[in-house]
Amino acid sequence: MRIVVDLNRCQGYAQCAFLAPEVFVMHGEEGLLYDPEPDEAQREKLAQAVAACPVQAILVDAVETPDRRIRRSRRAHRPGR
Amino acid sequence: MNGDGPLHRLRREGRIVVVGASLAGLRAAETLRDEGFAGSLTLIGDEPYEPYDRPPLSKQVLLGMADADRTALPRRRALDATWRLGVAATGLDMAARRVRLADGDEVPYDRLLIATGVRARPWPREAEAALDGVICLRSRGDGAALARRLAEGPRRVLVIGAGFTGSEIASACRERGVAVTVAERGAAPLVGALGGVVGAVAAELQRAHGVDLRCGVMVTALEGDASGRVRAAQLSDGSTVEADVVVVSLGAQRNTDWLAGSGLGAGPRGIACDAGCRAFDIRGIVTDDIFAAGDVARCPHPLFGYQFLSLEHWGNAVSQARIAAHNMISESTDRLPHLAVPAFWSSQFGVSIKSVGVPTLGTEIVVPQGSLDGGGFVGVYGYQGRVVGAVSFDHARWLPFYEEQIEKAAPFPPPFPTLDRRPDAQRPRDADFPDPSVPTHGPTVTLSGYSPADRRMTFTPAH
Repeated sequence: MRIVVDLNRCQGYAQCAFLAPEVFVMHGEEGLLYDPEPDEAQREKLAQAVAACPVQAILVDAVETPDRRIRRSRRAHRPGR
Repeated sequence: MNGDGPLHRLRREGRIVVVGASLAGLRAAETLRDEGFAGSLTLIGDEPYEPYDRPPLSKQVLLGMADADRTALPRRRALDATWRLGVAATGLDMAARRVRLADGDEVPYDRLLIATGVRARPWPREAEAALDGVICLRSRGDGAALARRLAEGPRRVLVIGAGFTGSEIASACRERGVAVTVAERGAAPLVGALGGVVGAVAAELQRAHGVDLRCGVMVTALEGDASGRVRAAQLSDGSTVEADVVVVSLGAQRNTDWLAGSGLGAGPRGIACDAGCRAFDIRGIVTDDIFAAGDVARCPHPLFGYQFLSLEHWGNAVSQARIAAHNMISESTDRLPHLAVPAFWSSQFGVSIKSVGVPTLGTEIVVPQGSLDGGGFVGVYGYQGRVVGAVSFDHARWLPFYEEQIEKAAPFPPPFPTLDRRPDAQRPRDADFPDPSVPTHGPTVTLSGYSPADRRMTFTPAH
């Protein structure tokens, strides 16, 4: 899972840090640190944290497998489609 | 509505190319699909990774809370895009509407979005920059390298430049118990972005956390040992700092070199574009098929005297990318201006620093909430009798209020008698920004360009 927090929006309410402490940690009075790619085991707690954020600042992946057509370099291989 | 006009054809089967596969490029691509673009979408990125988030690289990653290669950005939706990663764009043919790539390929487009961002300004002397232990922090590879060095327990880290990134790195060092010296050419940390009044608070914060902070000095030379490892730095005051890791944090340079000679209005200050993110050519005529967003763009902001703002801010990349993408596939009358009030954050020494508006435009500052002497505060910046910016140290909940004040062009100093609990709080004082003609570390906001009401047109070439 991938997440990103819009820290312009975040006002340090710390709901996420209570609900998913393995993912979110308060750092000082209102600073927030988080793990950008938490384990799958955190999914349920993460969903609670996302829902509980008073300013809705947490964005979680909306898609499972984002990319099919990634080409690292032209010489490596030609895409099939 | 004509269902078969050029715009409908573009939306149905056009080719859109996004150069720059980071935050702005990704969010623009998502917005294009959100708004119904069904044609071909190609994202080109010089790094071999899908879009990842950079702010954690100077925070969580250095603290050992996250791996540098695990900061990929979440996707808002599926894209159905072709990704060309690990290959840089090297040229643009505006007449033929083609982007040239480093591997020799050419990618044709009907609409082009340029979101190539910035890179770290390197240490100017190449031989010294190549010493083992000398690091710039911009990419995830840099983040991984610096995190590894910090984990090895160096005797001392030297950070050159006390802007936001340099200060965050120094903070991470102290939190990990690593001795750190910070050398800053200006009078205080963050002085370019927030001025000397707030810079003095930042300096006190650093010293209170055990940083060996040296202001008003330049690093004149880096020295290596016989095996090519950095071992010391010479400072302009004659002193020497022994360090086995040196982090060069001298601001950023805009990635516009690949556009040289293309005819696009791009240079060291970024790509000039209109409020709708359409890029100007070098004649000052706006293009209708090339757009720019994110750190590389600079566009006029009505709230700030139509000055061309170029903002190295996470939030600006997100909001500008959405506006650019919308405008790329919209009729001229449906286009939107990029009006978002600038905002940024930093986290250092346990303090959350946040800002709205454009503090660097301010000449005066008042502190209506809290105190500069500790416990956090809000500083409000004024310019010609109106509020233009605000910064908070652990007082973020006040910022939405001041954002509204900025949007309303509210008078400065703020006439709120109830907020004044101390006799000196309401008296504005000089915000003490450095003379812009004197070089310092790059502020995160640079103001440049000319207002539409100003008839003078001067082309400033690269230097």
